[in-house]
Amino acid sequence: MGMRRGIEVSIAAAEAVAMADVDVVAAYPITPQTHIVEHLAELVNNGELDAEFIPVESEHSALSVCIGASAAGARTFTCTSAQGLALMNEMVYIASSMRLPIVMILANRSLSAPLSIWNDHSDAMSIRDTGWIQIFTQNGQEVFDHMFFAYRVGEDPRVLCPVMIHMDGFIVTHVIEPVEFWDKEQVKEYLPPFKPKFRLHPDEPVTMGAFAMPHLYTEAKVAQDIALKNSMPVILSAWDEMEKIVGRRYRPVETYRTDDAEIVFIVQGSFGETLQMAVDELRAKGEAVGLMMLRLWRPFPFDEFRALAKDKKLIVIDRAISFGGQGGPLAIELRSALYGMEKMPVVMNYICGLASRDVTVEDFMKMFEMAKSKFLKPITQEQFEFYGARSL
Amino acid sequence: MERTKELLAWQEILVGTVVVTPGNSKEYKTGDWRSQRPVWDFEKCILCGMCYAFCPDAAVKERADGYYEADYFYCKGCGICAEECPKKAITMVEEG
Repeated sequence: MGMRRGIEVSIAAAEAVAMADVDVVAAYPITPQTHIVEHLAELVNNGELDAEFIPVESEHSALSVCIGASAAGARTFTCTSAQGLALMNEMVYIASSMRLPIVMILANRSLSAPLSIWNDHSDAMSIRDTGWIQIFTQNGQEVFDHMFFAYRVGEDPRVLCPVMIHMDGFIVTHVIEPVEFWDKEQVKEYLPPFKPKFRLHPDEPVTMGAFAMPHLYTEAKVAQDIALKNSMPVILSAWDEMEKIVGRRYRPVETYRTDDAEIVFIVQGSFGETLQMAVDELRAKGEAVGLMMLRLWRPFPFDEFRALAKDKKLIVIDRAISFGGQGGPLAIELRSALYGMEKMPVVMNYICGLASRDVTVEDFMKMFEMAKSKFLKPITQEQFEFYGARSL
Repeated sequence: MERTKELLAWQEILVGTVVVTPGNSKEYKTGDWRSQRPVWDFEKCILCGMCYAFCPDAAVKERADGYYEADYFYCKGCGICAEECPKKAITMVEEG
């Protein structure tokens, strides 16, 4: 078993990337992602990590470098937040469409304007449909474990998709937590070397990222969509294997006290831990309440979610806005997943925690009471509230 | 009927739409972009080769008898050959 260390989560994440024997790191510094790439730069500079660290002039270039390097068969890593991701956007689509298993940490931060360096999921939701496998994490241990997972799943010849690990900016990136490290043998056992199906090599020339006419584009996109969906069994077996090696078990939808619950909160990311405390307090008051933390965002765990949501009333916590839409992006997605179910579960949606505004255990308990009274009356499709927003 | 590349099913597309055979842009028929086709009048042609030199797609080829003609598989019908011909020996004719 690896050593348990008190460590800043960003540093632990960088250590995991190094232990995964990454070949090329390209990134541009942006708060709150900075410590991750700074530490990787240090490891390379100190000769502790045999990798190319390529400093670039923008996030667009950072991911472009990773695309080129991955196409040549290198294991690559990049990392960004909010505005950096927005600038990278063009290449985010290209990486997944070229089926290059790049791994990225997105240190979740709100998108400007007004300028905010703090944490929410508006950046994550901006790239929802780009074809990356996307995992949400709640704490340092989950981030650390999922770096090895990301390379293992993404590079699997049955998958070949880039993988994005979401971690909440500051709330997770900048805190010091106990993280159980893997030892070298565990990493070696879990993560095989990257053997690309095709790569740029003069001995066997290929063209990547070529032009396609309309009569090919649709089929190319269908192939990509099916590849992403087909990653599900590989994802599940990668979690099973991780449990065998390090003893921690992850699922597409993590549950907490849901079995006999009537009302269930659903959330993504670090709010899950606060909500566990809120659920405990509400349970102590006799409320039949539980929690789901949606870990796997893409491919969307449709069957798992529907099975867990059956016969429940749902309170969906969104940390992003779909302007002009019918609620936050998570609520919209979940309502769509529930459509057509017999006795369709009702959904109340609160948008909160934007730009790291504190949402406490007491806030979640208040939301519970508010939702409970809403559930007495019919709930409309578009019903949602900005929790805690001041209004005249 | 032989299946052409235009009719590939999604299962037949290589991962990432990678192209493994070099030089296959030759198989791409640009001729169907054409709305007008260049037609040569060999009575006026003086074999100067200006059409051959100016064609931006190398779609004008020299025949065995020294005259020039378009390869309609590639010719997009841009009309540059007709514009540049010093003897006005090339006419752009509407595709029917």
